[in-house]
Amino acid sequence: MSSFNEHIPSYVPGWRRLKDRMATFSISVGGSGVLVTILLIFFYLLYEVLPLFGSAELHSEGAMSWQAASVPAYLSVEEQGEVGLSLQSDGRGRFFSLADGATIEAVDLADGEAAVTAIGVESSADRLVALGHADGSVRLLRHEYRLTYPGGERLITPRIERQYEDTDLRVGNGEIIDVVVRDGDEALLLAARFADNSLAISRFVKEEDFLSGEIALEEESLKLPSQAMTPLKLFIGSSQRWLYLLSPAGRFEVYDIANARADGTLPLTDSGELFERSAMLTTADLLLGGISLLTASDQGDLVQHFMVREKGTYQLQKVRQFETGDTVITQLLPEHRRKGFLAVGQAGELQIYHTTAHRKLLSESIFPAGKGGVAAIAPRGDALLYVGPDGEQRRWRIDNEHPDISWSALWSKVWYESYDEPSYTWQSSASNNDFEPKYSFSPLAFGTLKAAFYTMLIAAPMAICGAIYTAYFMAPALRRKVKPMIELMEALPTVILGFLAGLWLAPFVEDNLTGVFTVMLVFPFGILAFAFAWSQLPLRFRSMVPDGWHAALLVPVAVALFWLCFAANDPLELVLFDGDMRRWITTELGISFDQRNSLVVGIAMGMAVIPTIFSIAEDAIFSVPRNLSYGSLALGATTWQTLVGVVLPTASPGIFSGMMIGLGRAVGETMIVLMATGNTPIMDANIFEGMRTLSANIAVEIPEAEVDSSHYRVLFLAAFVLFLFTFVVNTIAEIVRQRLRVKYGSL
Amino acid sequence: MTSQTDKTIYSKPNPGPVVWLKSGEPMIWLNAAAVSLSVIAVAGLILLLAVRGFSHFWPKDIMLATVTYQGEERLVMGEVVEEVEVAGQQLREAGFELLGPGPFFGRTLLKQGNRDFLDSDFVWLIDEQIGVRKAPADAMVVERLEWGNFYGFLRSVSRDGDLVVSEQASDVQRWQAFSSLIADTVAVRDEIHDIERNDIGEINYELERLRLQERTLELEGQLDTSAQLSLASEREELNAQYKLLQERLYALYDSIAQHSYTAELMDGRIVSLPIAKVVRAFKPNDLGSLGKVGMYFEKLWEFLSAQPREANTEGGVFPAIFGTVMMVILMSIIVTPFGVVAAVYLREYARQGIVTRTIRIAVNNLAGVPSIVYGVFGLGFFVYFVGGELDQLFFPAALPTPTFGTPGLMWASLTLALLTLPVVIVATEEGLARIPKMVREGSLALGATRAETLWRVVLPMASPAMMTGLILAVARAAGEVAPLMLVGVVKLAPTLPVDGNYPYVHLDQKFMHLGFHIYDVGFQSPNVEAARPLVYATALLLVIIIALLNLAAVSLRNRLRERYKSLES
Repeated sequence: MSSFNEHIPSYVPGWRRLKDRMATFSISVGGSGVLVTILLIFFYLLYEVLPLFGSAELHSEGAMSWQAASVPAYLSVEEQGEVGLSLQSDGRGRFFSLADGATIEAVDLADGEAAVTAIGVESSADRLVALGHADGSVRLLRHEYRLTYPGGERLITPRIERQYEDTDLRVGNGEIIDVVVRDGDEALLLAARFADNSLAISRFVKEEDFLSGEIALEEESLKLPSQAMTPLKLFIGSSQRWLYLLSPAGRFEVYDIANARADGTLPLTDSGELFERSAMLTTADLLLGGISLLTASDQGDLVQHFMVREKGTYQLQKVRQFETGDTVITQLLPEHRRKGFLAVGQAGELQIYHTTAHRKLLSESIFPAGKGGVAAIAPRGDALLYVGPDGEQRRWRIDNEHPDISWSALWSKVWYESYDEPSYTWQSSASNNDFEPKYSFSPLAFGTLKAAFYTMLIAAPMAICGAIYTAYFMAPALRRKVKPMIELMEALPTVILGFLAGLWLAPFVEDNLTGVFTVMLVFPFGILAFAFAWSQLPLRFRSMVPDGWHAALLVPVAVALFWLCFAANDPLELVLFDGDMRRWITTELGISFDQRNSLVVGIAMGMAVIPTIFSIAEDAIFSVPRNLSYGSLALGATTWQTLVGVVLPTASPGIFSGMMIGLGRAVGETMIVLMATGNTPIMDANIFEGMRTLSANIAVEIPEAEVDSSHYRVLFLAAFVLFLFTFVVNTIAEIVRQRLRVKYGSL
Repeated sequence: MTSQTDKTIYSKPNPGPVVWLKSGEPMIWLNAAAVSLSVIAVAGLILLLAVRGFSHFWPKDIMLATVTYQGEERLVMGEVVEEVEVAGQQLREAGFELLGPGPFFGRTLLKQGNRDFLDSDFVWLIDEQIGVRKAPADAMVVERLEWGNFYGFLRSVSRDGDLVVSEQASDVQRWQAFSSLIADTVAVRDEIHDIERNDIGEINYELERLRLQERTLELEGQLDTSAQLSLASEREELNAQYKLLQERLYALYDSIAQHSYTAELMDGRIVSLPIAKVVRAFKPNDLGSLGKVGMYFEKLWEFLSAQPREANTEGGVFPAIFGTVMMVILMSIIVTPFGVVAAVYLREYARQGIVTRTIRIAVNNLAGVPSIVYGVFGLGFFVYFVGGELDQLFFPAALPTPTFGTPGLMWASLTLALLTLPVVIVATEEGLARIPKMVREGSLALGATRAETLWRVVLPMASPAMMTGLILAVARAAGEVAPLMLVGVVKLAPTLPVDGNYPYVHLDQKFMHLGFHIYDVGFQSPNVEAARPLVYATALLLVIIIALLNLAAVSLRNRLRERYKSLES
């Protein structure tokens, strides 16, 4: 109201003037606060979401000379990133401090016994080391770190622990030059390659003594077929089922350990080429969890494989190829907690990848070129240690918080480990550590739209038809009562609608399924039949009900129709569906049926959305200027023709706006879907099954999500998507409504 | 109208089906049906809630009947909860042998209670197997703190292990002894409760305060020997008090531990049960209508005023009512000034143009943002970001236990204030728009500044509109659950957010809420069947509160319109 703005009379004393200025200032600030608030919500959500899409970063933490004779054969860093372990190929080595490179404790794994000829590790995430000897025996060791806090300072004490000391572990006879180990709950598996290029595998079954709890190992003989190829690398999968042999020329053979023949020979399950073009294998490793095999070639290939079952037979399936930019990868460092890995290139490149997200997060040349360097990654994936052939030890800090999220992981089909084919799956957590989180938004977005679709299917016709009648035909006296009553429904807490839907409506619909469908079929015809019968009554009779009171007249009719349909439920069900429609649907039609399904959600959420659409649409139709319809009526059109030809086209933007706002409400509604569906994230349009929506998913999972983890941020992303969706929908609706107001104004 | 024209009109022939179909008349009827259906849906929903909610408190008769199945007879006793008709086919498939011709068979859901003696407290019976249904006058219901209801016949009562009335005594004597002993026990239990909750709670609170004080001193490097000594002596004193109270508690517990009663189950087993666990006992079949009405109101009062029992499935909802009210009051204190200021800015101060249009769109969008998004924002921004900072600044002693860095009452109120802001803004703006321009002009012409006009003239006139907005906001907040689940609601709060310990109102505490109570008890409870009646009652209570608030808002708005109608030109 600009007209009041300026004029403060000159005789007004200063303090009053000051008070006025202060009021103006604070009110303006407060008013703009609304705008600030919505911007704050927007930017805060964005701020939480953005780190998901950032790349990884490396920060050098300096270099120092390597205080040992040679480059180690095995290098590892403990949890805190403070202590490292290096082992040379002869089993000698040392624990050292990463900060100053000083030796903490020298170790000699050979320890006076037979000389070590090979060192193998179970997996990079595990601290189990296998030592192979010239006589075919194997010793297992584990490096452990104990944390103490003397005087409030953290002190890490490393030590080596011998495993299965009492058992003579032996893979074969001959000098072992390569050894792999896989320790499980039931058995210990060892495989080795000997100096004469022969291979052997042994299984030691664990038997626990019930009294002492000690574990005794019992060897079971296993052998490989004689024609098995000479591998460059061999691996045993974590399930102890598969033995992978990889040849230098890029061929692979997979043997089934679990289904050994009677004489202990392992059957060959699959064999073939790792790479599409002919290339030499440079390096390979198992990803965290021991299911996926990562391989790299001298042509710059970097491929992920895992075993997939197709028509009852297993084969090693190529799942992903990573774009290396023709870098020849010489060392792979799988992360210890995530399905990501680091790749070291021939020319000193470091690349960071994530398999599920199919992302390359970083590619930098940081190492001195040339062969012979060894790198290790800290268990938390936040530090990198490298010992180069030049006798330098280098450290980096890795900033790589959320490698596991990408556009394709969120929206495309992803081939997850142990799945038979790529799929859209949401499964954010599991009990085990090496679980592959599945963050696909597709089933959630699908569920959201499915719920909204069935809701609108029920709510839109009801609300719009109701609005048309109330605004255009209904007697004013009745309208004054009916409108507030329907609008009161909007104030009904959705938790109550959801609770009734879940605990009352869902069992009711299940028990009276035939009745529900009978109502849907019979109700419109019943109403029409009554209407026709009414029109055939003598006018004297009809005129007792004034114009615009049809709806009141129909209330008893509708109640009677409902009662009739549900009373007929049992007999009808007996005649048509053998007494149980639900079973008939599942067995005869083959459609699965949940008690809390989309139909229930549609009806319950419809109840929540009807008043929203009704209220806006009714206002739009009611405010169409009367002279428009008078003109039409005067020209001889019937009331219905006037409505369809004149009133509705004029009011259509308002009706559209109401539907948009109703849709926004249906998409964001949480409690009803939470309570009236089973909340299973499936992608199925079946009306008899439930869904999980974005909003319900947030409500279920965010209290459990670790703050600032990928899971937490993905849920923020879900909220952000909901925010943007409703923002767009509401803005469109508001603009349409503002235009409509201008249009009516001109009429 | 003359009778002549009447006749011509009335003698007009009725339309044939084709004419009728073409006239558009059917469509009008169908539209009318949509309205009828919506109205029926609203009314039906309210009716369903009212019937189920109110009937929860009515003491139902106890039925005793013989069930015969495959030649075996057994007695069942309990309250009839539900009766349905089922197709014989379904029952046969479930493995039942049916005698009657069918095709439909009645089934009765019986609440037989006695969870500690029977397999399940609810049982479905097939009507044809049920013999004569009796309602024995001396059958009693015992509501207990554990194991749910007990149904049986009273046999004897012992006080402190000594028999007070034996089986030989008359029914009336036994019942009197039982009732008086229950009354005594309840009184003792109330005292125990009082000590545990208030006195011991206070001491624990003081001890925690001392711990924080010590930690604060330690952090500031001022924890010298004298401070340590004084803290230790205070602690000693509290511990001594605690010991005294505990002794008293043990004595009270001991005084009621040995009271017991024996009762006969419907199958003839005699069981002995402690009176210490009894909440209430009555004989519904013997009560008479007046007695039942009395019992009805007693139970209704318990529902409104008592603490929940048995994982929220029994007892009252008082903490949930209190939590809802507290949260709503705090929210109102926050949302009213902001909402009113924003509305005043939009209507009175801002130039109508691009800025106001943007703000209006922003307000509209705020109203349309799903409530769960507010919850997520509240959790991330208020709880973890602001709360975490507050903890670092003001409560470093309690870390790593968060004080405000965890969901709680304050963050819930703030989040809901944000959520209801548009409601207040829209209502206040509407009120401001209704105040005629000449009123403002008059005030300005008399020499008042704009602020003075606003404060003395405009705002008082708009106050009913603000009230309307506030009431609507409160109604919305009282029913909202999804965001609260993230920012502060819990299924069972050990204490109320207001108590006798400084600072009396605990904004950092988690609280209970009626809406969440419905969700939790109805869907997360281990025994949904037993909890269902209570959920209906809670839902009804919530609907009544919200409907009343809305009706108040509507009537206030109408009165406001009446008041300024005369001023409008």
